[in-house]
Order: sequence, then structure tokens, then C-alpha cells
Amino acid sequence: MNNINILKPNRENFKIFLYIGSTLVFLGIFDVFLRSFFNLNFVTFLPGIINFLFPLILGLAGLQMIRLEYSGLKSVDLINRSVNNNTFNAALTLSIIFLALLAIPPSLNWMILDANISGNTKEACAGSEGACWTYIKVWFRRFMYGMYPNEFHWRINVAFIILISFAFVGFFAKGKFKNYLTFYYAIAYPIIAFLIIYFLISGGSFGLEWVETNAWGGLSLTFIVSFFGLIFCFPLGMIFALGRRSELPMIRYISIGYIEFWRGVPLITVLFMSSVMFPMFLPADTFVDKLVRVVAAIVLFEAAYVAEVIRGGLQALPKGQYDAAKSLGMGYWKMQIFVILPQALKLVIPGIANTFLALVKDTPLIFVVGLSEVVGMLQMAKTNPKWLGYAMEGYIFASILFWAICYAMSKYSQYLELKYKTDR
Amino acid sequence: MSAIIEMKEVNKWFGDFQVLKDINLEVAEKQKIVVCGPSGSGKSTLIRCINRLEEHQKGTIVVDGNELSEKTKDIEKIRAEVGMVFQQFNLFPHLSILDNCTLAPIWVKKTPKKKAEEFAMRQLDQVQIADQAAKFPGQLSGGQQQRAALARALCMEPKIMLFDEPTSALDPEMIKEVLDAMVNLAKQGMTMIVVTHEMGFAKEVADEVVFMDEGMIVEKAKTKEFFDNPKNERTKLFLSQIL
Repeated sequence: MNNINILKPNRENFKIFLYIGSTLVFLGIFDVFLRSFFNLNFVTFLPGIINFLFPLILGLAGLQMIRLEYSGLKSVDLINRSVNNNTFNAALTLSIIFLALLAIPPSLNWMILDANISGNTKEACAGSEGACWTYIKVWFRRFMYGMYPNEFHWRINVAFIILISFAFVGFFAKGKFKNYLTFYYAIAYPIIAFLIIYFLISGGSFGLEWVETNAWGGLSLTFIVSFFGLIFCFPLGMIFALGRRSELPMIRYISIGYIEFWRGVPLITVLFMSSVMFPMFLPADTFVDKLVRVVAAIVLFEAAYVAEVIRGGLQALPKGQYDAAKSLGMGYWKMQIFVILPQALKLVIPGIANTFLALVKDTPLIFVVGLSEVVGMLQMAKTNPKWLGYAMEGYIFASILFWAICYAMSKYSQYLELKYKTDR
Repeated sequence: MSAIIEMKEVNKWFGDFQVLKDINLEVAEKQKIVVCGPSGSGKSTLIRCINRLEEHQKGTIVVDGNELSEKTKDIEKIRAEVGMVFQQFNLFPHLSILDNCTLAPIWVKKTPKKKAEEFAMRQLDQVQIADQAAKFPGQLSGGQQQRAALARALCMEPKIMLFDEPTSALDPEMIKEVLDAMVNLAKQGMTMIVVTHEMGFAKEVADEVVFMDEGMIVEKAKTKEFFDNPKNERTKLFLSQIL
């Protein structure tokens, strides 16, 4: 009985409980810290399992002692309410803190302290326990530009700088030009982008040497494929979403057939067919570039998903919106463009972002047709006989790249959601 | 007076259920007609047939000289001349009140933007919410939204106005401001067909009152006669319940 009472805080001398409790929690955390960072263990005299669980026991006892409702101290109340409202949650909280403490030193050691980035050969990393960032450094250009000839890398850089600056036109448009922004982004910009990529990266005119798409690769190819995938699958998806809700049976059935077909086949087979089967059906002397075929395949495939996401938004709109638009004399297209789609698209921003992120992360699949974007280049590099054994570094590098891209897109979609939010 | 709306032997079914049975109705220019009756009697369907938000299956409807049928081309043109106010307002929530009012004039009637905005502001002033023009529908009270919806319909300069229970979704204290706006409109000589349960409004404004039950027009009479001396038993019952 007495023992339990010691752990139960009371209001009169809560201060004492608070001091002892937080000291215990601190000791528990400090113990794990010592074990993890300095490999020190002060309680080896305790038998096996108790030794192992000692910090947890300390911490739990400490948290138990400070668990008092409405203690009057804001920070203590916050802790009690959010992470310490019962023993189970207290144990979870402590476990998470401990796990983090235990995980930091090894990963820190591997990634930074013992890591190696000097030199240009594998020998620089020999004998070191940590990561070999030298590998990433040496292969960096390959990861960014693929097999694109080194002396022409500036062409890719310039192309991307132009593309990005053209994308920011919207921020500077004022007054009258604002009305044309939709047109610019929906039609003009994709055309400009295609021309820039065609003339600058592909080359073949203006004295620029032709570089065939087989040599393209790395992160720049990821961007090119994702970019064209995104801008073309969106309008196409929109058309099929409207088509599936059309009152004309012919259009409806074609849309349903299209969507269900493309949703039913795996992307990898679509890519494979676009590259291997499709040319067989073409007349002998026509040639469609492999990259174009692959992008087309991705666009057709993703459009089906986008269509279903948009259809979800269309169906969420009340019928009254259609009635009101019709009663004002708007025809089908005016109604869709000015009344229905703006509201539906706003509703499905999270879903669209979802689909787009998936698209970006699906781009590595183009390796099946022999195109190597950043992950594809990693595969190549890791099987290079001179650089065997550094796959982990490569994958971590790629994860960081993809995470950064996707996180940026996710943030942007949240920004759009806020921007177009109007109360219903 | 020539009839601007003519309905002859109009029948409509939803599946097996007949909503409209042999409706005959003529509305002259500048006439104000109130349609009343119990819920489910087909009042809303009747006026929704006039701008073809619902399609009738039998009979003829002629609006301003144009017959409405499957063959009607340019149904949009006819709709542009028939304004409608809905029970649920149905303002476009993604547009400001002013943009709600100018959207159709600019894109359907091709009015220049400046002119459309000036006209819209005048209409909003008429219904006394000019100060709310920049706000979004979600920021307005029910009564203000309904008046905005009225202004939006008027911006198309319609020849006929249809009202589908415009005050049924409103809190009691907001009903009056909407009815006042409608009375004001009636005084300016608009042709109006109003589905409503507001009998006070009917007495004040209507030239004729139509009583519907089970998809049929049971009684149609001059307003005074309708209230003072209803002929049909069902009308009497309805009036005794509602007044």
C-alpha cells in the first residue's frame, strides 16, 4: 500500500513529486544517452533483463509521479495531457525517446562522422566503417545527367533554368495579362517547354550536336518525364472525367472503357508495350522516339487515375449548381468551365497531388525500356565492377532526392488548397 | 394581352410516377401568378419545366413564342430570358457576389465587363446588398444570399422570373427582406411565377393563384376570389391549414 502511495502525487506537496519525478525521467533518459553515445552502463550489477529495462522503469516511475490533473503548471499539464495520460502512453513516449537516442549515434557515425567524401577512387573509402560519399561525388554527374556527354551538360542546365524562369511568369503578370495566364500555363507553356527541350537538350540544329534520347538520363530525365507526364495527363484526365458523366452514351462508354482499361493494367507492362509492341504496329519507315513513346504511355496511364479523382470532385457538387448555371443560359462547356470544374478541381487538390506524387515516384519504372533516370543510373553505378558494394549510399541519396521533390510538391498543393479556399 | 407562357396538356412522369397531369396554364405578360399546394404536388416540377430544367413528355410548352421540345435548339437562349431563383439559393461559392452576377452576362450575353459590372451593381443596389458585392456567398446570411441570387437572375434582364420556394430555406426573420425585394420587382412590372407558401405575399402581389394537388391544377382563380371564395374542397382544406 505504502509503495503505491509514494507514486501517487498529491496536491499538497506536488512540488516534491515534480522534482523527484522529473529527476527520475531525466536519469532514465540520461542512462540511455550514456549507453548509446558512450557505451557506458552504470547498472551492470542488475540482472540481465532488469538492467536492460532499467531506464524504462525509472522513466515510468518518474512520469507516474508527475501525473496529476490540473496541476496548475502549464507545461506539466501539457505533458500530462498529450503524452502522459496513462501508463501505456507514458511507456510509448519513453520508448520513442529511447529508440531515437539509440538510433542517432550509429546513423550519425555512418552518415557523417565515419563517412568519407575525399578522393576520386574507391581506395579513398577503403578501411572506413562509414558511408562512402566519394561514390556519390564521383558519379554525381551521371546521376544528374545520365549518359549525356559531359561537355554538353550546360545545355541541360540552361534548358532547365529557362524552363523554371518561364514558370514564374505568373507571379509577375499584372492587370490585363492576368486573364491570359490560364491559357499560358495550359497551352503556351507546354509548347515552349517542348521546344526548349527539343532544341536545346536534343539538339541537332543551331549548331548544337544531336544527342539521342537513349543517352539522356539521371535526375534531369526524371524531371523531363515527370513534367510532361503531369502537364498532359491532367487535361486528358479532365476530359475523361467529364466524358464519364456525359449524357451521351457513346462518349460515356468510351470514357468508361478507357478508364477501366488503363486502370486495369500495370504501368510496367504499358511501358514495355509502348517500347516493344507499339513500333510493330507502325509502318516500317515511321519512327517515334522511345522517350516520346514512354511519356505518352505514362500520360495515357495516369490520365485514367486523374479522371477518377476529378470525377470524385464532380460528384461532390450539389445538383443546384448545375441548375443555377443552366438557368442563367450557360451551355454545357460554359457551365463546366466557369462553374463546375473550378469547384470540383478545388475539392480534389489533395487527390490530384496524391496521383502526381505517385507519378513522379513511378518514373524509375522506365528502366524496363532501357531509359535510366536517377534510380536507373544508380543501378548501373552499383553494378560497376570498380564500385561494387556501395548500393546503400546510392539508395539513400536517391531517397533524399525523391523525398525533397515530393515534399516540395506536397507543400505546394497545401498552399494551393489554402489559396483557393472559400467558405461554402 | 398575349400569353408569354402557354402550357397545354402537359404531362410528365418520373419513372412510373406521374408528376404532372394535363397541365393547362397561360401566363400573360406582366402577370404575376402564385402557385401553391401541398409538398409533392408537382409545383416545383411545373416551373422547372418552363425553363426546361425538367423535360415534359407530353403536351406543349411555348415560352415567348418558342416551343420547348427535344428539337429545340438554343435552349440556352430561352433560358437566358427566363430567370430563376431557387430554394437553396445556388450561388456559385467560388465566386464573389459581384462575379456571380456578372458571370452569365459577360460569357452568355457577351456584355463588356465594365458595363456588366455597372449593371450588376445597380441590381445589387435594388436588393440592398451593394455593400456585400466583394464578399463570397459563404460570408453572407441566408436572406442576403437569396437577394444576391435574385440580383444574379435579374442581371440577365429576363422577361420572366420563376421563383421556386424562395423563402422556404430561410430563417423567419429573413423572409421579409426577400419578399420585399420580390414585391419591389413585381411593382416594376415583371412577369412572375412564384411557388410559395407565403399567402401574405400572394394576396399582396398575385393576379392569379393556382392551387395544385397530386400533379393537377385543382383550382385557378383571381387572387381575391381564391382566398375569399374557394370552390374546390381540397383548396378549402389547404387554405384552412395554411392560413
